[in-house]
Amino acid sequence: MRWFWVDRFTEFVSGSHAHGIKNVSLDEVVVDEYQPGFPMLPPTLVIEGMAQLGGILVSEHFAFEKRCVLAKVGKAQFYCPAIPGDQLSYKVNMESVHDTGATVTSVSHIGDKRHAEIDLMFAFLEEGRFTDGPLFGPGDLEAMLRLMHFFHVAVDSQGNPVPKYANL
Amino acid sequence: MALSQDDIFAKVQESLVDALGVDDDEVTSDATLVGDLGAESIDFLDIVFKLEKAFDITIPREELSPEDVLTNTQYVQDGKVTADGLVELKTRMPWADLSEFETDPRVENFGNLLTVGDLCNYVQTKLGA
Repeated sequence: MRWFWVDRFTEFVSGSHAHGIKNVSLDEVVVDEYQPGFPMLPPTLVIEGMAQLGGILVSEHFAFEKRCVLAKVGKAQFYCPAIPGDQLSYKVNMESVHDTGATVTSVSHIGDKRHAEIDLMFAFLEEGRFTDGPLFGPGDLEAMLRLMHFFHVAVDSQGNPVPKYANL
Repeated sequence: MALSQDDIFAKVQESLVDALGVDDDEVTSDATLVGDLGAESIDFLDIVFKLEKAFDITIPREELSPEDVLTNTQYVQDGKVTADGLVELKTRMPWADLSEFETDPRVENFGNLLTVGDLCNYVQTKLGA
């Protein structure tokens, strides 16, 4: 299943922040059909895009060893619709990290215009609770990260490229 | 300067309003987090994050959720916390009012134990530590 709501990582510093872009195209079925007669990217999928950036930011912080899921949308404020032709610039910052979860704050801009502000909380699934086993098939997460140019930009806090994680 | 009890309550109240989407006036000192304010298990993680940020403290998981006591056969028999278990809980959670729980110490009743006032007392002990 295709479920990519970020087109490309543009900046990634381990444990600090993740930036990315999302282009809105009339060709996307959800954009065309969400609000007939007024094509726009559904706000829920903006949240999903932020969650993908934030989820990778949190997961990478734990070397992709935790099963990280979006647990709560603390705040989601939208200032204008995102319509075909817009390029959304997402910026996600790590706020708090715990051994049981993490929170991020994020903002989306269309050019210079503020588009949305979203706060998210992630939790880690424990073995024996909910479902066991990996959340991704072998190689699937790595393939997604490659498609999104994650490894082109991702660096650690010292500015060195992040390692090629064997568990992806 | 040390925070007054009113200052602590105001910050706890703000954190709970934010985390649980409840109104200010619902967050009274004797309101229970689960029964009165509708907190679900995932909300406790959110509350921990918000309290840590509001008061610049660290909250280890076992301090607010003594699951290890409640799942220990040494402290629980037939679904009820034993006398030894109650002593352990009181030692671990001196800031919580366990008097009502003691009257019917079934493990299932523990989830609805904590009140807003308990949280304020907990924060006060952390700040005073």
